[in-house]
Amino acid sequence: MSLDWNALGQVTAVSIGVTVAVVVVFALGVLGLARHEGARDEADGASALGTAQAALCFLACAAVVAYGIWLIVPRFH
Amino acid sequence: MDHITFLVAVVIVTALAFDFTNGFHDTANAMATSIATGALKPRTAVLVSGVLNIVGAFLSTEVAKTISGGIVDDTLVSPAMIFAGLVGAILWNLLTWLLGLPSSSSHALFGGLIGAVWVGAGSHGVHFDKVVEKVLIPAVASPVVAGVAALIATYCAYRLTARARRGSVTKGFRLGQIASASLVSLAHGTNDAQKTMGIITLTLISAGALGHDAGPPVWVIASAGLAIGLGTYIGGWRIIRTMGKGLTEIQSPQGFAAETASTTVILASAHLGFALSTTQVASGSILGAGLGRRLAEVRWGVAGRMVAAWLITLPAAALVGGVSASAVKHGGDLGTVVVALVGAALAAGIVLLSRRNPVHANNVNDAHEVTIRTEPPAPVGTAA
Repeated sequence: MSLDWNALGQVTAVSIGVTVAVVVVFALGVLGLARHEGARDEADGASALGTAQAALCFLACAAVVAYGIWLIVPRFH
Repeated sequence: MDHITFLVAVVIVTALAFDFTNGFHDTANAMATSIATGALKPRTAVLVSGVLNIVGAFLSTEVAKTISGGIVDDTLVSPAMIFAGLVGAILWNLLTWLLGLPSSSSHALFGGLIGAVWVGAGSHGVHFDKVVEKVLIPAVASPVVAGVAALIATYCAYRLTARARRGSVTKGFRLGQIASASLVSLAHGTNDAQKTMGIITLTLISAGALGHDAGPPVWVIASAGLAIGLGTYIGGWRIIRTMGKGLTEIQSPQGFAAETASTTVILASAHLGFALSTTQVASGSILGAGLGRRLAEVRWGVAGRMVAAWLITLPAAALVGGVSASAVKHGGDLGTVVVALVGAALAAGIVLLSRRNPVHANNVNDAHEVTIRTEPPAPVGTAA
């Protein structure tokens, strides 16, 4: 029996790395969203900044999702 | 189609029945946390998941060339053994569903095939080193990896958003959950519907109805996709309750972290050629997400029962597969009919038992226990 420890290690590293990265970026996006909504309620100027932060982060997450779909469909490879 | 004998027809119907149980057993993997946090309404969740499973089935035409990935010697496998193996897998899937336990449909299928081949062709037909390499090691490693990923991600998510407005945070993560859950469903459709297509195609090849190296005909792709999609839509609500409510109380940031971890582990391993169980990955993620949030209660009793079910899935399905194989081997067509009838009767019995204390879209989030008796909160697991 030959167990490919290298591949197992790769799966572990990639999985943990990507998961944490996506969730952190998404959390930052949610923070931007919260800032936007908070600023809107208090008529503060930070609204636009929050929106931009949210948009940027969610766009990055959407790119990861697109890559995920690319991985799922073998015809794209 | 004069190549389609009685046995081949029975195998096709049984394979589609397995595909159906696979679908409703695994709805929870993608949708349990979304349903628990209210990101999606229960009915909407199973509809989205079902449709994406069908789409997934059509997306990928790379059918596995082997039935089992080398776990059994495919040259020794006859349609009769496939039938016996499928019966074992279906019955085990239904029993674990009755108990609300998320167990692996793939392990049930492997177990059923191992048992059937062992009895039908002898122990040399089973490659035990491959069983360790392809089943046991991923089964231990994948939930741990997914759990650790979800744990760290959950911790980070709560740290980052600790001082933000609760309402905005919950809403934001709920939206994210819809995307991540959809991706799990899509990946599930491509992986699991493929297994059934592979089985039907290889059966047709062995019966001479298709040439060697033939791909699955369109009707096979369509029926396998529909069976798994329909199963998903019917929804294994008992398992959804256990995974969404039973293991731990899930909030939307945890749900998002768990589903992201599941998606990443599934895609990373598929890309690198590791076969693993979606169910075990998703359960590991949910436990990790439970541990990552302070004050979240993890019910280790439920987790323990679930792990016990994982351990006995393969041998239990193998036992049923072996018994069915010996009946089919010695009884011929009559044996096949008897096994099919007994299997159908047991399946109907399990469904009837589930009626005593049904779990459905309207009450899935009401409690965290799945019980069989009508008497209120009797602890589950006594029948296992």
